[in-house]
Amino acid sequence: MTDNSTEQSTDQKSIQELANYPDSYSENDETVFRAENINIYYGDFLAVRDVNMEIPARKVTAFIGPSGCGKSTLIRCLNRLNDLIEGFCLEGRMFYHDQNLYADEVDPVEVRRRIGMVFQQPNPFPKSIYNNVAYGIRVTGKKDADMDEVVERSLQRAALWDEVKDKLGANGLSLSGGQQQRLCIARAIATNPDVVLMDEPCSSLDPISTLKIEELIRDLSEEYTIVIVTHNMQQATRVSDITAFFNAQANEEGKRSGYLVEYGPTEHIFNSPQQEATQNYVSGQFG
Amino acid sequence: MSSSHQLSHKRSAKADTDSINQKQGSRQSIGETAWTVISGLCLVIALIPLFLVIIYVVIKGINRLDVAAFTELPPPPLADEGGGFANALIGTLVMVAIGALISVPFGVMAAIYLSEFSSKKIAKWIRFATNILSGVPSILIGVFIYGLLVLTNVTGYSAIAGGTALAVLMLPIIVRTTDESLQIVPRQVRWASVGLGASRYETVLRVVLPAALPAIATGLTLAVARAAGETAPLIFTALFAQFWTFNPADPFSSLFSPIASLSVLVYNFAAVPYKNQQELAWAASLILVAIVLLTSILSRWATRNRIY
Repeated sequence: MTDNSTEQSTDQKSIQELANYPDSYSENDETVFRAENINIYYGDFLAVRDVNMEIPARKVTAFIGPSGCGKSTLIRCLNRLNDLIEGFCLEGRMFYHDQNLYADEVDPVEVRRRIGMVFQQPNPFPKSIYNNVAYGIRVTGKKDADMDEVVERSLQRAALWDEVKDKLGANGLSLSGGQQQRLCIARAIATNPDVVLMDEPCSSLDPISTLKIEELIRDLSEEYTIVIVTHNMQQATRVSDITAFFNAQANEEGKRSGYLVEYGPTEHIFNSPQQEATQNYVSGQFG
Repeated sequence: MSSSHQLSHKRSAKADTDSINQKQGSRQSIGETAWTVISGLCLVIALIPLFLVIIYVVIKGINRLDVAAFTELPPPPLADEGGGFANALIGTLVMVAIGALISVPFGVMAAIYLSEFSSKKIAKWIRFATNILSGVPSILIGVFIYGLLVLTNVTGYSAIAGGTALAVLMLPIIVRTTDESLQIVPRQVRWASVGLGASRYETVLRVVLPAALPAIATGLTLAVARAAGETAPLIFTALFAQFWTFNPADPFSSLFSPIASLSVLVYNFAAVPYKNQQELAWAASLILVAIVLLTSILSRWATRNRIY
């Protein structure tokens, strides 16, 4: 094994590694995302390079790594949210099941209906709690949905129902930070997506709210495929089945590009990583 | 050993509290006082014109602000008393309404494009152009509409021409304030909406616009207030009328005749030697000041519970 993880062999190598850990991952598991030679640019700037990986269904996959390693950029590729950023450009292929997400015929709006997202800052709409949860259904134009039932079920699933059932008309922004984030999770799962992406969902929350969200993530992983970006390594060990470690490397001009160092079962990444960079990062020795 | 340690600890604590006491006459404290006094004085001087204008206009205009002022037509030059500016008040309202009717839809939609759909490069240039337009002297806008609508006999001197001139005046204000109001809505909220499978226009209509509405309303009322007080764009376009030219029974065709306005009435009557007309000009000024005050208060009220 070479230390240079950017070699093309990363993909096969990692799959072999995964095959050795049948407890948490086996080759028979359904793959939801498959990244093939992904390079991501913002304008001329290469933000992430050479990513090859697979994300299995109904597991929690965590992206960890130092700031600027491109983990948030990569997660936003999974629902084509990066399309909103000017200058964004992706090379390579990102498969969602059998479909390349970046093929010409793909409608990004349809992609996002299947792949929900929760953000770093709780960002409820300035609307009532009820309308926040109902929003996704309303924009998809599903007329036959029993909205009251969807709202209740989603809020219950997000462990928020008991706290808000008597004030569904209250503004979503009137809730506490942790409640707001659970509202955002309820909003994301109301449309019954296939995948839920979470971009550092706990980074602006207190420890108790964080714990609640983490329990929720574990709970949701029975039904949903979850991809979570976190810079909290303990969180990755607590919630994730698979961990992908990203690092950043400066090029000749001093611009830092992120790349995937290695990925595998969380236990394996934290206890016996194959790469020195991973070892240094998870043991707290940076650089 | 332990007691001496405590003693030294106490002494150092005392020294600390001494050093944080205020020192009279130090260079820093004199500077602090001097700057506070100077900047405070400048604030007072800056506010003097505002209060003088309001007080003076109220004193001069309040006497003439009777029922007749709101119901009667402007008096002929030699009438010693009586008369009002009913037609001018209606004229101002009509032309501001025309101006708003044209500029609000265009301005708000343009701002939505600017803030939500255009590329950064294009947005930069459009914002620049809007700033230029808002800096164009209002008399030039009047002359422009004069050339465009009056000279060419498209409308002639008319309420339509006056309203169009006000629309051109209001447009950059509306575009800029709406654009700014939309920019304040956090990007994360847009992303949340798009992330749920909303298209960009659904995001704008369902989330961004409602969130920005109080701030947009402020911009609109300020634009209206600005237009209501403008004189220069109306002199060349709406002219003036001593009589009723706006006929509610036939509003459409009466929009194509010259029409009076409060600001032009002030402009006309302030410079004449007839006392009655002068007094009326003061009363009309008071109305204009009141409109500005009222709209400012209204916009404050509209944004009292702004979201972002």
